[in-house]
Parts: sequence; C-alpha cells; structure tokens
Amino acid sequence: MAVAKKVIHPLDKYLRSDRLPHIWCPGCGIGIALAAMLRGIDRRIREGKLDRNKLVFVTGIGCSARVSFYVDFDSAHTLHGRAIPFATGVKLANPSLEVIVVGGDGDIAGIGGNHLLHAARRNMDLFVVMITNFVYAMTGGQLAPTTPLRVYTTTTPYGNPEPPLNVIKLVASLNANYVARASVTTPHYIESFTYKALGMKGFRFLEVVSTCPEVYGRHIGLRNPVAMLEELKKRVIYKAHPVVDESDIDWDKGIVIGEYVVRNNPSYLDLIKRG
Amino acid sequence: MKREFLSGNRAVAEAALLSGLRFYAGYPITPASDLMEYLAERLPKVGGIAVQFEDEIASINAAIGASWAGAKAMTATSGPGFSLMAEGISLAVATETPLVVVDIMRAGPSTGIPTKTTQSDVYQARWLAHGDYILPVFAPWSAQDSYDLTIKAFNVSEKLRTPVILLSDAVIAHMWETLYTREPGEVEIVSRKKPVEPPEEYKPYKAGEDLVPPMAVFGEGYKVIVESLVHDEAGYYRQDTRTYREMVTRLREKIMRNIGVVYEHEEYWLEDAKIIIVSYGSTARMAYPVAKSLLSRGLRVGFLRLKTLWPLDEGKLSSALSKADKIIVVENNTGRIYYDIARIAGRDRARFSPILTVDPPGFNEVLEAVSRWL
Repeated sequence: MAVAKKVIHPLDKYLRSDRLPHIWCPGCGIGIALAAMLRGIDRRIREGKLDRNKLVFVTGIGCSARVSFYVDFDSAHTLHGRAIPFATGVKLANPSLEVIVVGGDGDIAGIGGNHLLHAARRNMDLFVVMITNFVYAMTGGQLAPTTPLRVYTTTTPYGNPEPPLNVIKLVASLNANYVARASVTTPHYIESFTYKALGMKGFRFLEVVSTCPEVYGRHIGLRNPVAMLEELKKRVIYKAHPVVDESDIDWDKGIVIGEYVVRNNPSYLDLIKRG
Repeated sequence: MKREFLSGNRAVAEAALLSGLRFYAGYPITPASDLMEYLAERLPKVGGIAVQFEDEIASINAAIGASWAGAKAMTATSGPGFSLMAEGISLAVATETPLVVVDIMRAGPSTGIPTKTTQSDVYQARWLAHGDYILPVFAPWSAQDSYDLTIKAFNVSEKLRTPVILLSDAVIAHMWETLYTREPGEVEIVSRKKPVEPPEEYKPYKAGEDLVPPMAVFGEGYKVIVESLVHDEAGYYRQDTRTYREMVTRLREKIMRNIGVVYEHEEYWLEDAKIIIVSYGSTARMAYPVAKSLLSRGLRVGFLRLKTLWPLDEGKLSSALSKADKIIVVENNTGRIYYDIARIAGRDRARFSPILTVDPPGFNEVLEAVSRWL
C-alpha cells in the first residue's frame, strides 16, 4: 500500500509491513518458510529473471494461506482448496505472470486434492508450496490428510484410524517437473528449492515440513516451540538424490528431504504453444 | 449485421466472442457440453483459450482467476454442475469479479433428466450461494435473445463488476433458429473501468459515486489484493460490523442503483388488457401464441415476457401490470416467478398456471392451464 515504509529487515521490501504483526502463533513454522521463500524470490528478482510486478501469490484458506496477506505482490486470498484452479486461470489468461500457490496440507492435498493431482498431471505452469503441519490448525486441531496413524486430534478422540497421505509420492507419480521437500529446520533448502523452481517451467511442487507447537504440538505432547523444532530437526535427513520410495513421513524412521523429481517434460503452456 | 442460423448455445458462444471472451473454463454436462465444444474450436483462433477442467468447482475458480488476470471469462453448466459452483459464485460476488456464468436448465432435482428442460433453477440462479448478496439473472427465449442477452450479461458484469447468470434451458440451448449477429462496432461492448490514480494511491475496493471500484488486474504494478474475507477499501480483512455493513450494502446498492441497466421486460398488447399473461424462457414461446390467440378471440389479453429474472424492477413491473384485473403466470415449475408477481401485483390479482413438463409444452396444454382463470 501507499504508506512509506521504515525498513528494518532486508525482506521488508516484499512485505506489506502495515499489516504486521502477523496472525501466526509463537513457534509457528510458516514465518520461517515464507522468509526463506522470499529470499529465493529475491535472488531471482536481483538477477533480473523475475519482475516483482509480474509475480502473483494465490492462496486458499488456512494458516499458510494467510501469506497472501503479508506479501507486497499481486495476491489473492481465495476459497478453501481452490487456490490451484484460481492460479491456473491466472496463468493461462496471462502467461507472462509467475504464479505461486501457497497453502497448508489440508488446503492443498485435502479439500484441494483433486485440483492438485490434475494440475500436476497437466504439468501446469505453477509453483505450489505446501506447508505441512499435520493438522487443521486454524479451525482448532482437527484431522488432516497428513496426520499420522493413531494421533489424537479433536475429531479423532480415539486416535486416527486412517493412514496418512504421502503427497510427495502422489505428485511424483504424475507429470510434475519438480517435486521437492524441505523443512522449516532447513530454511536454506526452502530458499534454494524456491530459487530453482522459479527457474523452471511446468508444475513445480515443494513440500515444507513445518512445526505447529500450538495445535499439533498439543496433540503429540510437544507444546514447547523450541522442543518441537529440535525434535523435528533430529528426524530430518537431507539426501542429494532421494528416491520416492523413501518419502513416507515417519516420525520414528525419519523424514527424508531433498529433490525427489527434476524433469524437463513439456509444460502445459509448451503443449498449447502459448506464452 | 449478419443473418445466421445457430443453436441457442452457439448464439451464446458467438455473442461471448463478440463481447471479448478470452477465457472459457468448463466441465462436460448435458445440455451445456456443446457450448464448450464450440468454444474449444473458436477461442484459440482469436487468441483465447478454452480449458476442460476436472470439475465445475475448478472451472468457476479458474474463470475468476482469469478475470483477475485481465481476461473476459465465462463458464457454462447445468443444474448439478451449477450447484457445485455455489461457493465460486460467492467468491466472485465478494471480490467483485466480472464473470458470466451460463446455467442451461434441465430437469431436476439431482441428476434429473439431463436431456430435457424445466424452469426449476430460477431461485438457484438468484440465491445459489451463501451470504447476503444480489446478482443479475437473464433468461432468453430464443437464439436471438440468447445472443443479445449474452452481450448484455458481459456488459453488465464488466460495468458493475459482478458475476452475471445467463439462465438458458435445454430447449433454447439446442433449438436452431435464424438470428442477426453483430459485427464489432455495431453494438456497445463495455469493459471494466481502470484506475486513473498511480499504484501507490490505489485501493482495490474503493468506489466512487457509481459504487463500482475501478479494477486493476494482476501484472500491472498495482499490487492488487483479491480478498475472499470481508474487507475494507484496501482489501484488508476486517471483522467489524461497520466494514461488513459497508461492504454488503455497497455490493447490493451498486446493482440496485443500476436497476435501469439490469432490468428488462417485453410488453405486448398491455394498453387495454384486463388479463395479462406473464412468462419467460422456453415456456414463453408457447404462452405468447396462446395470449395472441385469446386476444384474437376478442378477450382483452396482454402478454409480458420477463428478460431479467433478478433483480426485478418492482416499480416498472407494478405499473405495467396496474390496469389488469388478473395476472396469470405461466412457468414450468411449481411456483417461482408467480410468488414475485403475487407480491408485486397482490395475491388477489395473481394467478398461477404451472406447466410441469419435460417436453416443450403444446399449445393446448398452455391454453388449458390459462383457461382455468379466464
């Protein structure tokens, strides 16, 4: 907006600082993820490869979707689950735009799961960042499609009977050009994967494993933000060339991060010869 | 002007192209599929694109996104798919997105009879979504009217920054008729108003006298905010009564203040009419000759065809109906427009002649239904 900004952080130029403080709880990982993404975006902008006026953030509904409140780009805070089709319409109507979708696991892979799989199948020219916190946090702690088996949530008071969805495996099985996972304990990978994705075409998917001490932490006995981050850190294993078969998120065996898929398949825009 | 022979659906498609359509999103559904098939061939030739999405939810949301990227956008469907678009309609309302949604009515509820028509979606067109809002609904009765009202739908959606529903039906959609199409420049085509102020002074939901905010789109440097939540002029989420009240009031008022642009009906032989038959859409095609026939038999019968089903210009309707003793509403449902007419003209004068049929009603069927009240 129009107000002259007092710059107190190098990324302030990309934030609507008049909307701060943000709504995220103390200890929430979304801020770490956003800052790391913005650093990746900043590198592309400083290289002259990305025009900030051509960058559009599209989000659905949920804690992660609130990033569209704070970024000082064209942005859309749309319906729960519908960020991907909205973003698809944006990209196809004006292919010169770089369109980034950010959402939680419930938004992107739960209610929006059908759109996710079809956008990946089409190799639609979008960069989708899914911030996984294993729970519906904004609504107070209900079951997510990524919630591990047997975890107690407000809607599974006897323990979750459903095996969780491995979204990396789902998207990798389709036609996406880029499938990667990072963690809020490794923000440098969020940054470098964002940077890399923004130099590619087609469907690019980044899962960011995050911490939600306030809601999910309460469910699994890790309410202390530092303790939760430390526990996640212990489990994250970076691999330079991870394979999809090791992408299941398993709190006991570890969480493998890295670039699972890097392809150069023709993107949707390549195939319709537009843009 | 050019004489053409087109189906109702093709007339909608051609009018949409003339109006500047550049993005179409849809999902196959009878009796709307052929509209998408036609546009899939035509749109790329004018630099546009038609995409078949995974469902109607994706379709309407993609169309809204495309509109915010600067393209005139449309989707078309029928009852079941229209139901799936409910939340998208409300997003388009709240974000003041120009968008045309075509609902080709078929028989319902549920899957109903896909290939046959009724007029059972009148209230669905008006009030499909949640929340307090109002949007324009137009109902054509011919291929020509499909063409003309589609141009009007685009113009109104762009002028007032609102989704507009074109409520066609299975009979109109697949009936081939001669019509006159226009060449560019022969008819007024409206495009959304752009901001005149520089980006740093622009507020995406700040309206002037006409209550319609100028619309900057993505990629123009305005740092546009599209906001689904209740928002102030800047597009910032607010949870207070004042902001809610201002937003909901303006969204309604921008339509109602332009009722003269939105509302239209056609009058036939109303001057001395003691009995007025009111109808719309495909049913009006038979109500009209019945009225004409009664008139020729010496009865003082007039005919009024609604083109706009929502919002109604109650003052204009009331005065058009004022001299008649009886007003007979003929529609293919168990009562929709009848209740509006009963409210506007009074229950003592309003009569209802429902035609419940999945085939175009015959002359005698309508005559019999109307004769009950003569």
